[in-house]
Amino acid sequence: MKKLTQLAVTAAALAALTVGSVATRADESTDAFRGPALASLKGKTIAYLPISLGFDLAQAWGGVVKTEAQRYGINFKAQDPNWVTSAMAQGMTSLIAEHPDVIVTQNPDVQSLARLLKQANAAGIAVIQMNMQGAVQTDAYVGPDFVALGEQAAKMMVAKCGKDTQTSHKVSLVEGVPTGGVSFYQIEGIKKVFAENPEIKVVSSQAADWDASKARAITETVIQQNPDLCGVIDVWDGQAVGTGAAIKQAGKQGQVYFVTSGGGAQASCDRLADGTFSTFINYDAPGMGRDAWTAIMTYLQNKQKAGAIKTQIYSPLRVMTKADVKAGTCWDPEQYAKLLR
Amino acid sequence: MGNLIKSLGAVRYLNQEKIVFLLTVMLFAVFSLILPNFLAANNILSLIRSVAVLGILGLGMLIVVLGRGIDLSLVANMAISVAWSLQLVSGGMSVASAMTVGLLFALGMSLITGLLIAYAEIPSLFATLAMATFVYGFGRAHLITGTDVVYLPSDIGWIIHLGQGTLLGIPTPILVAGAVALIAYLFLRFTKPGRFIYAIGDNFVTARTGGMPVRPMLVVQYVIAGGIAFIAGIVTATSAQAMNTRVVNSNMIYDVILVVVLGGVGLSGGRGNVRNVIVGTLLIGVLMNGMTIMDLQYTVQNVVKSLILLVAIVADSILNPRDEQTGQQGDI
Repeated sequence: MKKLTQLAVTAAALAALTVGSVATRADESTDAFRGPALASLKGKTIAYLPISLGFDLAQAWGGVVKTEAQRYGINFKAQDPNWVTSAMAQGMTSLIAEHPDVIVTQNPDVQSLARLLKQANAAGIAVIQMNMQGAVQTDAYVGPDFVALGEQAAKMMVAKCGKDTQTSHKVSLVEGVPTGGVSFYQIEGIKKVFAENPEIKVVSSQAADWDASKARAITETVIQQNPDLCGVIDVWDGQAVGTGAAIKQAGKQGQVYFVTSGGGAQASCDRLADGTFSTFINYDAPGMGRDAWTAIMTYLQNKQKAGAIKTQIYSPLRVMTKADVKAGTCWDPEQYAKLLR
Repeated sequence: MGNLIKSLGAVRYLNQEKIVFLLTVMLFAVFSLILPNFLAANNILSLIRSVAVLGILGLGMLIVVLGRGIDLSLVANMAISVAWSLQLVSGGMSVASAMTVGLLFALGMSLITGLLIAYAEIPSLFATLAMATFVYGFGRAHLITGTDVVYLPSDIGWIIHLGQGTLLGIPTPILVAGAVALIAYLFLRFTKPGRFIYAIGDNFVTARTGGMPVRPMLVVQYVIAGGIAFIAGIVTATSAQAMNTRVVNSNMIYDVILVVVLGGVGLSGGRGNVRNVIVGTLLIGVLMNGMTIMDLQYTVQNVVKSLILLVAIVADSILNPRDEQTGQQGDI
């Protein structure tokens, strides 16, 4: 009986203790790490300055980062330099003066912003470079390893047009802006593989300036000059639409092996489905947005100096053909564009 | 010495149009000799095709320049009106209504431009520069809500044949450009408004004293240019499978002015015709095609293009020195 009373008292005491502790810590989690993490995020500022807010990649990155920033009480502001490099440099200069905690940006070419990004880091602002890597390394580069991506595309081309095939071995390359990271490093990788496969003849390597119309005009002429063309690599899906149109209009669809790469917006799935693209290397732009967000959280929570840790966050790649296209495989840029409005 | 003067005399018959035409023929001959396949029928067609849109826009610019104006909003008008049409089609509107809306937008914007120039008497250079920025800014902010490149919807219908496909072996963009050129020629040559445009461009005050409706005519010029811009946009969009509104930031508008000026159309108004634009366009076409075959980078291509323009202008000013008559006031 005595034992029983003792047990009851102990139980009651325990219950009271538990109730008491729940009452005192009603607004705190049992997760001891959440509080400091949230505190380190709250009230911070992220500035977003891509080359333009008007294209699928920038919309996806910005959309993802903005959604998460808002969830944790971080201020998010975006600027749209609309493809004008000088406006972008100006925007970066004023951002450094405004001193946000993190700048998420994208280099229009390898050099233009390099010095400014270094300044930003020196001023204590973390800098995350998206997709287009500049000549200076900052807290994070988020994007594919474009040299490897170029090598991969070139190897696919060698498989279809190389010495083991009964083809002309003629290949055309469509560059973007030649000094832009996406184009520059990809071409480096492609050329490296082609150097090891001397039977591949590069009949043209021209810049389309990220413009589908230019890509179309260039490819039309190249096919006229080389009716036996075996393959084309275009460094970006945004302009590859034009390249594909030229191949299609020359009646060479299916004969010319066409590889391109991009962030996997709906337009690319459509082009795969209708046979314009033979193979598509997808680096998943919303996934890159998530990587950028991860880099931001890492920086803000660890309270290191800006630029103290420098990471190349290479995006996973997915090689896709027509067979991989299903409803919902690609994403709709409009959905992210809305978030940035 | 006598011979030299005589030959110089013969040279004096050359005007800029002829110089540029000769330059084109020479380049053509050189490329035919040194570049394999340059002379192939298919390459000639693709050469013309690649400058068809430039030619169409050049014709729009011609009509404005003849009236001593300039339209810097052509490319913006083209890009935004057509991109909006395509987006409306993607959004479920019928192709016919979407195209009508786009065309009306292009005409409406150029009507505003025309009114600003004719009635508010704002110089065309500034009015169209401002309108170009307005059309692009308004379009990007309120009309084209997704990406700045609007892809061609798959259910676009027969319109796709304006940019793709051939008729009797000739690519349709060439035929569209040809049709626009023919209509522009007939309009300028045989209609009363066409003659008025020349008169107004040659001497505004005299035209007005002579009882011509100068202000309405100025408005008409810009509206025609807007309509032509829409046609050029449809051809661009259907052949590249997308309308890229970023062309507004490119130097395309300068290329349009280039083909007009290169062909010998006087920026001071009243002088020039459709043939000038065709000659100017062909020179650019031959140059671009040859340089693409030679695998030159586009930065180098731009240098060569600008050098050719300088050569043509310098040759013209040496052979046809400016005098009181040619050096009119109002020359840009």
